[in-house]
Amino acid sequence: MSDRIDIALTVNGEPVRAEIEPRQNLVDFLREALQLTGSHIGCEHGVCGACTVRVDGVIVRGCLLLAVQCDGLSVETIEGISDTGEIADLQAAFCARNALQCGFCTPGMLLTAQELLRRSNGGAPSREEIRAHLSGNYCRCTGYQAIVDAVEDVASNRKRGAR
Amino acid sequence: MKPAPFAYAKARSLDHAIALLDGAPEARILAGGQSLMPALNMRLSAPSLLVDINRISELSQITQRNGQLEFGALARHAEAEHSRLVAQLAPLIAKALPHIAHPAIRNRGTIGGSIALADPAAELPACLLALGGEIEIASRAGRRTVAADAFFKGLFETALSPGEIITTIRIPAAQPQDRFGFAELARRHGDYALVGLAAAARAKPRVLRLAYFGVGTTPIRARAAEAALERGDIDAAVAAVASDLDPNGDVHASAAAKRHLAGVLLRRVAAQLSPP
Repeated sequence: MSDRIDIALTVNGEPVRAEIEPRQNLVDFLREALQLTGSHIGCEHGVCGACTVRVDGVIVRGCLLLAVQCDGLSVETIEGISDTGEIADLQAAFCARNALQCGFCTPGMLLTAQELLRRSNGGAPSREEIRAHLSGNYCRCTGYQAIVDAVEDVASNRKRGAR
Repeated sequence: MKPAPFAYAKARSLDHAIALLDGAPEARILAGGQSLMPALNMRLSAPSLLVDINRISELSQITQRNGQLEFGALARHAEAEHSRLVAQLAPLIAKALPHIAHPAIRNRGTIGGSIALADPAAELPACLLALGGEIEIASRAGRRTVAADAFFKGLFETALSPGEIITTIRIPAAQPQDRFGFAELARRHGDYALVGLAAAARAKPRVLRLAYFGVGTTPIRARAAEAALERGDIDAAVAAVASDLDPNGDVHASAAAKRHLAGVLLRRVAAQLSPP
């Protein structure tokens, strides 16, 4: 009943083919089959946000999506989004503002913050909007203030740049 | 944890999904998966087959038709949250959506999935009850429509039978004189509510509905409070809530605390229902 299934998808712009068990979730597939270990596994039930990845352009929980569901879709991980330079300013701001300590939540925080910044389309979200958008990402080093500071810096810098 | 093994089938169409479900009583429908996958990962559920309906494009639309707003069962929370049509014709749902979990969850979670799961602390079942909505269901036997009042039967129990699938959620479109109110109390943004209230005050015909969530096994109409609020007596309405609701206490709040909070929410929501 649980025969392996062939899938073909795009991961960070590269075509990938694999034969997988239906029960394998996306983040396990990325980490174990593709050795893309930047996406982390925390709670495995959608609460912590450490496994956040982008699928067809929007952020999702990598632990709540099966890899078989991604057949034909485009998956982007922190590795790919780092390589393209899309969030270089956000990463620099996280360093400058000490917005990470152990770093476990950081890939998920970056992808989640980037979705808000992209959606804001040149307008700077308020601290309240930043907090609401990041509410599903846990930082157990309790670095939330610094994370919001970093996102706020990038929001205002990008707004200036957009003028 | 990892889920127990299961088979997986991708439905190509509604008819295909119905055929797949028809032959497999132990199958579960996989829509957004934002509640099903945690249940599988924690091995609270171990279906033999998942029927993935995510590629059925005919179930994804949000459309206006005959004075009603129709949500295809697969419409994502995030699509509805950012839809102008929903903001205009279903302002109650637009108010409720940002309270559902978090952005990454809303990008996947579906309107139909929330209704089918019928979590007693979830926002959308209560909204549907307050709005007097209806649920269209398809199966091998054909199509049927169930009113929200008759759909939520018990704890995670609905009018859905095995082999049935929700296709459409329908609500009467908001008219200019209609008023809507929504409030919930949760420990953290995005958590399930300790207590929540969705309310609709329709002008033509004049109907007031108060639907509480998080205070019982289903979303619950507070009918005595509705009658008192119709008379404009907010104090009597708050007093009546205590008899309308019989919440169980849990680790987050005692029964007495929930009853008190239900009254607090009623005052907040009543203020939203007053004409500007």
